[in-house]
This record gives sequence, C-alpha cells and structure tokens, in this order.
Amino acid sequence: MEGRILPLFVAIPLAGAFLVPLLSKLWTRFADLIASITSALLLGVSVYGWLMVNAGGMPLHYWVGGWRIIGIAMWFDALTALIVLIINIVGFCASVYSIRYLDRYTGGRWKFFTLLLLLIAGLNGLAISGDLFNMFVFIEISAIASYALVAFGTEEEEVEAAFKYMVLGEVGGAVLLFGIALIYARASTLNLAHLSQVLAGFGRTPFYWFVIATLLIGFAIKMGMEPFHAWLADAHFSAPAPISAMLSGVFIKVTGVYAMSRLMFNVFGVSRAETPAFFNLLIAFGAVSMVLGGLLAYTQNDYKRLLAYSSISQIGYILVALGIGNFWGIAGALFHILAHALGKGTLFLASGSVERQTGTRNLEQLKGLEKTMPATTWSHILASFSMAGLPPFAGFFSKLFIIIGAIAARMYWLAFLAALFSAVTLGYLTKVVNMAFFVKQNSSVTSTREAPGLMVLAMLVLVVLTVAVGVGFRGVLDHLVGPAARVLLNGLEYARLVLGG
Amino acid sequence: MIPYLACVLLFLIGLYVVISKRNLIKIVIGFSLIEYAVNLFFALVGFKKGALAPIITQPEQVRMGVARNFVDPVPQALVLTAIVIGLSTTALMLSLAMRLYEKYKTFDISEIRRLKG
Repeated sequence: MEGRILPLFVAIPLAGAFLVPLLSKLWTRFADLIASITSALLLGVSVYGWLMVNAGGMPLHYWVGGWRIIGIAMWFDALTALIVLIINIVGFCASVYSIRYLDRYTGGRWKFFTLLLLLIAGLNGLAISGDLFNMFVFIEISAIASYALVAFGTEEEEVEAAFKYMVLGEVGGAVLLFGIALIYARASTLNLAHLSQVLAGFGRTPFYWFVIATLLIGFAIKMGMEPFHAWLADAHFSAPAPISAMLSGVFIKVTGVYAMSRLMFNVFGVSRAETPAFFNLLIAFGAVSMVLGGLLAYTQNDYKRLLAYSSISQIGYILVALGIGNFWGIAGALFHILAHALGKGTLFLASGSVERQTGTRNLEQLKGLEKTMPATTWSHILASFSMAGLPPFAGFFSKLFIIIGAIAARMYWLAFLAALFSAVTLGYLTKVVNMAFFVKQNSSVTSTREAPGLMVLAMLVLVVLTVAVGVGFRGVLDHLVGPAARVLLNGLEYARLVLGG
Repeated sequence: MIPYLACVLLFLIGLYVVISKRNLIKIVIGFSLIEYAVNLFFALVGFKKGALAPIITQPEQVRMGVARNFVDPVPQALVLTAIVIGLSTTALMLSLAMRLYEKYKTFDISEIRRLKG
C-alpha cells in the first residue's frame, strides 16, 4: 500500500525543531507548547499507521520522488509500527514531563526542546528507513542530539560523561560506516530489500561473516552491550531525567537492537536453523550483560546509576531472547522492548521527580518520600513490579514468553537464568523503595511536596500503559508484537514484499 | 589492494590514538583520523582505474556509452554526507573539550575523573 503519511514521521519533528527556536523568541513558553503538540501529533500518526497496517495486513511503503530502489525508500510494516509507537509514547511523555522539570535549569529551554525533537526525528527516521545509508544518517542525527542532551546541565560530570559517550559512540558510528562501505563494495546497492536479494546469492563466505562482525561491533556499542557498556552508566546518570528515559527506554533499543535485528534478520537472512553461531553469540553476550548489569546495579547507591546498570541487564534479556530465535523468543524480545520502555521510562521519570523535589539522588540520604510524594512512590513501585516480572504487569508477560521460548528450544539453563535475574531485578528495585520512599532512621533529606502535576501526569500515562499492556496482553500479542515478531522470523520475505508491492 | 590496507592502517592508528592518548585534543584528532580512514575507504570502493568523473554534459554521451567508463558516483555522494556529519561531530567534540577545560583547567583525561564508573 502506498503510505503517504510516512514522510510525516520525519517532517513533523523536524518542523517542530525548526519552529521552537524561532517562536520561543516571542514567548519562551512556545517551546514547551510546540514540543508537546509535535510529539502528540507524532503519537497520533504512529497510531494511525499501526491501525492501517493492522487493518490491511499489508505494509505501507513510500518511494521519495518515485525513484524506487535507487532513491530514498520508506517502509512501515508491523515491526516498524511497534518501534514507532514505543518511540512516540516515551517521546510524548518526556516532552510533557520536561515542561516543569526544566525549571531546575536556568534558561536554555528552547535548546533542550530543539534537541529533543531532533532526537525523536532521528529515531523515527531510522525506524521507517528502508535504505542502509539513510539508517546510518538517522542514527547519527539522533546520536549527535543525544550527546548534546547528556551535556545539557554543563556541570563537570555532565560534560565529562558526554565526552566519554561521544568518543565511544562515534567510534561505533565509524565502524558502522565501515561495515556499510564493505557491503556496498560487494553488493553495489543500498536499498535493504534489493540488498537482501543480492546478498542471498553470495553464500556464507568469510567475507559475509566479517561484514556481520563489523556491524555487530557498531551496534553493540550503540546498545551498551557488555563489554561496551562503559558509556551507558555515565551518560544515563548525567543526562536530565527525561533524556535518561529516552536514552534507556528508546535510544539504545532503536539504534542498537532494532537496527541490528532489521539488518540481520531481514537483510542478511540469519535464522536459528541455518546460522546457529550468530544466535549463540547473541545468547553469550546477552547472558553476560544480563548477569553483570544486574549484579552491578545491586551495588549502586545512586538512584539513576542503579537504573542505568539495570538497563544494561535488561538489554541482556532482549539479546538472549533474540538469540533463542524461535517465535516465543523473538516475541518475548519485542514484548520486552515495549515493557522495558514503559517501565524504565517511568522509573527514570520518578528519579527525576525525586531529584527535583529533594535536590539529591543519593539513596542513603533520602527517607520517607512516600508520605509527601505518593504518586511518584506508587509509579516507582508499580513500574518496579513490571520490570521484575510480577503479574499482571507488562514485564511479566515478556519474561514469561522468553522463558517459554527457552524451554521450547531446550535451553533450560537459560530459562533458569532469566527467572533468577527477575528476582535480582526485584531485589535492587525494592532496595530503592526501602531506602528512598519508606521511613528510615539516620537520614535527613525528605521532601515536603509532590512533584508538579504535569510531571505526575507523564509518569501516570506510562504506568497506566504498563498495566494496560499487561492486562490486555492477548490483544497486544495478536495485533502488535506477534505480527512484528513474524516480520523478523520471515526473514527474506521482506524483500519480496517491498519489491513486489 | 594496498590502498585499502592503508585505509585499515590509518583506522588502526586513529583507534590507537583514541585509546592511548591522555590529551582531549589528541583524542579528537584520533577520532578525525578514524573518520578520514572510513571516508577514504568508502571513496576507494567506487574508484575505477582510468575512469572519468561521472558528469554528463551532452545527451549524446549517454548513447555513446560514456557511462560505462565512469567511476561510481554513489560512494562520492555518500562520503560527502559522511564528511558533513563528521564536521558536526568534530565541532561538538571540540566544544565539549573546551567546556571540560573550563571546568577542570586541564586537557589531561587522567585528571578528569569525577565519575566513578
């Protein structure tokens, strides 16, 4: 189906990013207004796109300028629908939340919202891109916006984290570009669908594996997988809270996991049956990330650093689930991307509320916030339950699917490990609850007031969605995650759909 | 083959500079080397010995088959884009380095360690 709405995913946030600096000269609050309206519009367009794909059963496509495979291709299938929904839900909550959160900073409001909209534009563009080089350009757009946003506070720690993150992230970007050059040298095309047909004729030569390895290193840096996790904890720790929510909830998964799976499954055509080595590699690195991230999270005393290490652990879950490679594994991975975006988004927003109201994130100094900040407390507790995999929240079903997948693939130790680290997740998240939210002796810092209404609203939207996705998991599986998992499992079917349609 | 290997060597030199040097500015220079290496590699991919620049001035040239003796224009266009991206990243990196210098009064990365992780 022709999808005339597709360019809107990039055009709307870019137009917003352009208007914010212009109109905020007239009235500073225009920045807030434009960012919220823009992200709400994007959310509407994503829902519309999802409904169209769901109703028609056929993906949407758009060839810019009608040049077909030599031009810019845009593509919107069930997997894209899932990813853009996640980006724009978290993006919308982050924009609404930022309106009051930015009171902490002196000025620079319009810079923040311009960069946030550019970040969203890059991520949306990456999700709908059907072209290898455009994927790289959109990764870079969102990455550059994210470096600047991490440094937004311009204090020592923030600039230091941004520099570290930037050096590592850009080396990752250069490695990706190198991989793209290798692919182009061999295949002389950049359109993903055409590329997958050309690559299918080449066979599994050492060159094929070398290209895959190069791309994997690039994506591993982008997603903060072990052993490239060093930037992640510092960057998430130093960024403003809504940006941490975007980075952890969306950025690492879209530029890392989504871009990698799209290329590997749909272009290189890996499958558990034919290329088990690739899947075992994902399981190995995923398991290491899951274990190390979880254990490191346990030892942290800073609210946001704890959450950052937890993100590494959850990325491990997603990789392990992808590595299992059967339907339940991949559906579990995608479901976990959704559940983690909602849950970790809430947790980072809650950490921002605590920091804004009390002035500290050190768990040892906080006490008794439950009395004065009930909404933040309960958002945190419910999101923790979801992350730890308690029913009936979203996180329960994602971990359930992953465990079902592991058992179906006869990897019992993996099922055991996944279940065990659910308990570890619950452990470190309840540590926060005990230390910060409930009464404790010997600590001094507490708050007298709940966070402002708009911040609470943003958290509540995410919490309600977490519960809704959990309670309505059948519907989500049948209409959102299941079709997306089939896109990955069908592999090279992608090319036939794009070029035939 | 040799030009390709030279690009890989340049890439490795850049990587070595990024990893081993302690001065922020040198790290930025190392990153620029990596970027040049990749751009050069990409431009080389489309290169054909003795071929012409891919410019058609008269319509008849197409019928005469001039296009068969052109270098591949796509990598050149892509490298241009990559250079522009590289420009903005270098600018941002240098401005971050300047901010760090203002805060810490040093470019030495071993003295810039407020963060534990």
